[in-house]
Amino acid sequence: MPIKILVTAKRVEDYESKIKVNAQGNGIVLEGLKYKINPFDEIGVEEALRLVAKHGGGEVVVVSVGTKDVHEQLRHALAMGATKAIWVNHAGPLDQMTIAGCLQKVIEKEKPDLAVLGKQAIDDDQNQVGQYLAEWLGWSQATFASKEESMESEAEKSKQPALKLSADAKTLTVVREVDGGLETIECTMPCVVTTDLRLNQPRYASLPGIMKAKSKPIEEHTPATLGVDGTSKITVTKMEHPPARKAGIKVPDIAALVDKLKTEAKVI
Amino acid sequence: MSNVLIVVEAQPDGSLRKATLNALTAGQQIAAKTGGELHAVVLAKDASALANTVKEYGVKIVHAGSAAHLAQFTADVVAPAVAEIAVAIKAEYVGAAATQAGRDVMPRIAARLKAAMASEILGVVGSSAADLQLTRPMWAGAVIATVKLGTPIKCFTARTTEFPLAEKSGAGEVKAFSPAAPAKALQKVVSFKEVKSARPALTEAKIVVAGGRGTKGDFKDVNGLADELGAAVGASRAVCDAGWQPNDLQVGQTGKVVAPSLYIAAGISGAIQHIAGMKGSKTIVAINKDGDAPIFQVADYGLVADLFKALPELQAAVKASK
Repeated sequence: MPIKILVTAKRVEDYESKIKVNAQGNGIVLEGLKYKINPFDEIGVEEALRLVAKHGGGEVVVVSVGTKDVHEQLRHALAMGATKAIWVNHAGPLDQMTIAGCLQKVIEKEKPDLAVLGKQAIDDDQNQVGQYLAEWLGWSQATFASKEESMESEAEKSKQPALKLSADAKTLTVVREVDGGLETIECTMPCVVTTDLRLNQPRYASLPGIMKAKSKPIEEHTPATLGVDGTSKITVTKMEHPPARKAGIKVPDIAALVDKLKTEAKVI
Repeated sequence: MSNVLIVVEAQPDGSLRKATLNALTAGQQIAAKTGGELHAVVLAKDASALANTVKEYGVKIVHAGSAAHLAQFTADVVAPAVAEIAVAIKAEYVGAAATQAGRDVMPRIAARLKAAMASEILGVVGSSAADLQLTRPMWAGAVIATVKLGTPIKCFTARTTEFPLAEKSGAGEVKAFSPAAPAKALQKVVSFKEVKSARPALTEAKIVVAGGRGTKGDFKDVNGLADELGAAVGASRAVCDAGWQPNDLQVGQTGKVVAPSLYIAAGISGAIQHIAGMKGSKTIVAINKDGDAPIFQVADYGLVADLFKALPELQAAVKASK
């Protein structure tokens, strides 16, 4: 039974970037930064592709909200194998309610069976959009999706999806990272899943994939054409670096370390 | 009235999860600035016992919602029940601890209340309801942002390491209510594979011994030192990705955030994502073969050594000095 899945591709600073607050203290220095697809969203794209492959084909629709720069991230997902891209054109501050609102409207038009989003974006680290979306759609939610097998396991090497869809496509079984262990939940479809780190190891885009992605169409919307309020309800009034830890010392051996811990730090 | 409502979380055995006491302190700090009352909401099959525990911690009213459909703390049923109370008490702020459960349910509650939300708050600034703002980490803690939420109701999760445990300060009132069951169940928990350990919980331990890629998966010496110190064991992402240790032990931006009095990092290079989860520790010790590893930039005491030699030596020295 073919399956249609909606995924996301937020544009974020590369995780190895050194982030510096600007002189005004109201943003970050953009010069020299590299941008990538949010790594958790990339895991979502990978999982969607695996599910489609396992369930006899279907569609993976990728959505991103932002300026035209996000085309780079949409093309990345298309090159991995997503079938269609949707760009919600928006410049300026953006909060999670606007993003979830846009995704909700896109879902109402596209009618996917499932949405797989990153659990958080590694720029604002909010971890909210999937849950807002699930509530507003009235869908089940499975946050922090993971699996019991490791990244070295046979299931991972053979690119099996970790999300288990029942034969009648009515129930999705998800292993979640919760406090104190792993929880398995059964969700009524449709469902919003948010991905944790160990759901899968995303594939590299193949050269033919990259070439094909260039000619795939990108459908354009704006929050306004979708009927969503695009004004941010969250205002960042200040940005600063946390106080740096004072530089420590190197100790020559264990005896010196134990002495410091006992007499100076007084922690053992 | 600018009341504050905190969502209480239970442990698997039904007792209070300690992180809730950190969230109550965040709630108290907000209520002190807004001049509102601090309320709490407990949801369970039978919420009365836990509500009676919570009322001791400076809470004006604990709303005890008991219903069969609340036997499991899933977001689809928790959100409407919390939202019902939030509206009834005219809460301006609704929050929970930034545990996995809090992170799961709180945004859904916010969605229900059309509320903007700040995740993992570190502090509360401002002097009144009108100018109240929240601080929170961005980019794995490289930046601390001060944010103002512009919706009538506002939601948050509080990072447990940044707010002390609430203390007992006179009994509040418990009010029972009966949350209505949803038309249909959306999801259910079918199993829970608990990481069982005789060691203290990672987020509550006074000492944490953490191992990284340098262990090559052999945690014998990490475990040995941890047991000698009565410490919890933590791990870097590489260790959990490889399946060497359970995911539940991962310290970092996307794992557990810890702030023990002593954090010993063995064979951990110190990526910013790992440091985000432990830099609040009082004293940090780094043991690594590579003297240039970034972990030494945040360590109070660094030892350039092979962990397989250093950890047993440290264990013996700790034992000898007892």
